[in-house]
Amino acid sequence: MASSSFGWYLLRRILQAIPVVVGVVILNFTLLHLAPGDPAMVFVGEAGGATEEILKEVRRQFGLDKSLMEQLFIYGEKVLLGDLGFSYFQGKPVMDLILEKIPATILLILTAIFLAVTLGVLTGVIVAQRPTSLGSSFITVLSLFGFAMPVFWLGIMLILAFSLYLPLFPGHGMITVGLTGSFWDLAKDVLHHLVLPAFTLAIIYIAQYSRLSRASMLEVIGSDYIRTARAKGLSERLVIYKHALRNAILPVLTVFGIQIGHLLAGAILVETVFTWPGMGRLMFDGILRRDYPLIMGILIFSSVLVILANLITDLLYGVLDPRIRRR
Amino acid sequence: MKAGKMSRNQLIAVPLMVFLFVFAFASGQALAQADKTPRGGTLKMIYQEPTHLNMAIVSGTPTGVPALQIFAGLVQFDENFKPQPYLAKKWEVSADGKNYTFYLEEGATFHDGKPITSEDVAFSLETVKANHPFGVAMFRAVDRIDITDPHKVIFRLNHPYPAFMAATHPLLLPVIPKHIYGPGEIRKNPANQKPVGSGPFKFVEWKRGQHIILERNENFFRKGKPYLDRIILEFITDSNARTVAMETGATHIIPFSYLSGDDALRLAKLPQFAMTQKGYEAIGARTWFAVNLRKPPLNDKRVRKAIAHALDRNFIVKEIFRDFGKPATAPFHHAGPFYNGKLPQYELNLNKANQLLDEAGFKRKTDGMRFSLNVDWIPTPTNQAVCEYTREQLKKVGINANLRASPDFPGWAAKISAWDFDLNFDSVFDYPDPVIGIERMYISKNIKNLIWTNTMGYNNPEVDRLFAEAQVEQNFAKRKNLYHKVQEILMDELPLIWLQEGGFYTFYSKEFDGIPMDVWGVLNPYDTIYWRKGRTG
Repeated sequence: MASSSFGWYLLRRILQAIPVVVGVVILNFTLLHLAPGDPAMVFVGEAGGATEEILKEVRRQFGLDKSLMEQLFIYGEKVLLGDLGFSYFQGKPVMDLILEKIPATILLILTAIFLAVTLGVLTGVIVAQRPTSLGSSFITVLSLFGFAMPVFWLGIMLILAFSLYLPLFPGHGMITVGLTGSFWDLAKDVLHHLVLPAFTLAIIYIAQYSRLSRASMLEVIGSDYIRTARAKGLSERLVIYKHALRNAILPVLTVFGIQIGHLLAGAILVETVFTWPGMGRLMFDGILRRDYPLIMGILIFSSVLVILANLITDLLYGVLDPRIRRR
Repeated sequence: MKAGKMSRNQLIAVPLMVFLFVFAFASGQALAQADKTPRGGTLKMIYQEPTHLNMAIVSGTPTGVPALQIFAGLVQFDENFKPQPYLAKKWEVSADGKNYTFYLEEGATFHDGKPITSEDVAFSLETVKANHPFGVAMFRAVDRIDITDPHKVIFRLNHPYPAFMAATHPLLLPVIPKHIYGPGEIRKNPANQKPVGSGPFKFVEWKRGQHIILERNENFFRKGKPYLDRIILEFITDSNARTVAMETGATHIIPFSYLSGDDALRLAKLPQFAMTQKGYEAIGARTWFAVNLRKPPLNDKRVRKAIAHALDRNFIVKEIFRDFGKPATAPFHHAGPFYNGKLPQYELNLNKANQLLDEAGFKRKTDGMRFSLNVDWIPTPTNQAVCEYTREQLKKVGINANLRASPDFPGWAAKISAWDFDLNFDSVFDYPDPVIGIERMYISKNIKNLIWTNTMGYNNPEVDRLFAEAQVEQNFAKRKNLYHKVQEILMDELPLIWLQEGGFYTFYSKEFDGIPMDVWGVLNPYDTIYWRKGRTG
């Protein structure tokens, strides 16, 4: 019974997602095409000029010689068949490009999430236990800075600090160009490149989760069941990290689920600043070039990703809080 | 043998030995000289990522910078615009200027080992003519191509066309292999992404958004070259990251002012770096305001002259362009062979500007303004700064300039193509011959709904006639005279208000030498570049 209700829950969520994705397609397709100018102009700019014949031919090849409705219909038809189209400027199917770049973005985002959740929650928990200490004030102020700093500015500052003045980390790229060696040599090199961009992306969330988990932890610590746990003689470590944390982390999870889209947007900025070859950078280049199929493909992919992430978040809720499962 | 008398054999042998000794010594010296150029090393560059690597169908520099390493051309040019041998070891131009004969290097091959022949050269020209933005302008006069000899190409023109030679630079006429690019539609040819050429470097890989790697072509027809092992071209879109890459030594050369001006000026003071503005003369970059002559009051020459007098070119160059380039003093680039340096100038003179506007009948109203106009520009910070400066200057003479920022390049291009502008700040290349890059802006048959054409709507039959006559005039002095007359007219009529020219610079690490500094500069093969710490001997 439990599994069949779970099945219905999943089906309901999937059905709810369909109009969201359709809306994303129609709205963004229309907005992109209504903006003045078109990708053929980008082609002219990069080519150093064009004749009327060349421009006409480029528009024909890009499908831009058709009406907006016709283009939307053709595109929608392709998407339903799983075809996200062909990039105007990269000369490859959009799906291939996304699959090529997504691992780099996933690596960046997952590392940032790991840093954000662990460091954010850890500092929040520590601060909650000594709310009036100097350390607590220091972490609070640091959190404020992390929260207020624009991502791209922070990235530039980290590059200056740790690539130029203290040359500890590379300032751009994902791997040293032309590097050869064993898998571990390459992995080490990628990790070395990953530090600055991952930290840049994570900092705002570290700050946010620190404040959130601090507030949540303070509330939970005052609960009856925590008082009971202490009265039973359990160690403080057990009380905090086994009993209190489990409930205190729920708001962090809620916020995290909502912020997946925000994370992807942040990834665009971070990937551009650090020349990290992920989907965010691909999106940035696509926007600059008005590469409509590429932009649309990434938007569709991202919206599905966000929907999935929210679904996983909801399921995780059930794992962490048995009361939700029973409901 | 008797003492004091030499035998016949000795009479032959001694001079022969002397000759052989001298020959060996000279050869040894030559070889020793060639051996001394260090070999090896990887040159790292940063520039914009191209869409593809086929120069036969585009003229953009993002394609040109890497593709010129992959594709050779018939000739190169020296610092005086004089052609020098490249794939063509020599050439002849007939007395009537209608036949150009090129003799190709024998034994030259493409990267796949196939020989380069006259058929490939002919195919290359036909491809450029049909597909390149300037194809018709450059090669309209070519009537037919004789390729009966595999190492001799004869271009037969239907009339003299002095621009032809300038158009044989590899950026404009790369020699591409017919067996690779012949079949199918050229714009969709997969070799555009993985090219096979004949240049000093072979294509290795292109990781989109990251880099292109090229490696030495061991069978390059210029024996002993190139010196470098590899070239890596990286694509770093963030300006600060580029500066850090240069400063930390992660890159060695950034061309076309792709390193920000302030950072370039700062880093140039360090002993390990150098910066040069040489090598951009053939490109002939200019900036100007294009004036929409269809719209009153801009259709009045006095109004255009007033605007010209309201702007201080020295200030624009010094303060906005950070002293890169120089003030424009003519419709043609000062480094070009047809530049007219004797034209009257529009110096900053607000009184004169006010006087002209009064004479044109545009008196100041109660708010102190005479009329309004829109100003557009390609969205970059420098361009915006020029337009903001212009707004303030025009305010002083009673013109209300409304700045219309465009969100991106296509947004700007859409307005200009539709002739929806009053003043448009733009940057255009002259290229090495007026037929290629200059006349397109002024001839009436090029009034088109396309950027980088005569979007101003300028129509002067005398200018059309002078350009047409100069196009086919073989005598250099006469041709120069014709272009000088054109410039006199243009300077008086001001369809464009020229502001600044040049301005590009190459920033590089002194670890490398041999960077080309002729008129095409970084738009040359890098077979002369070497790493000072490379292997010698």
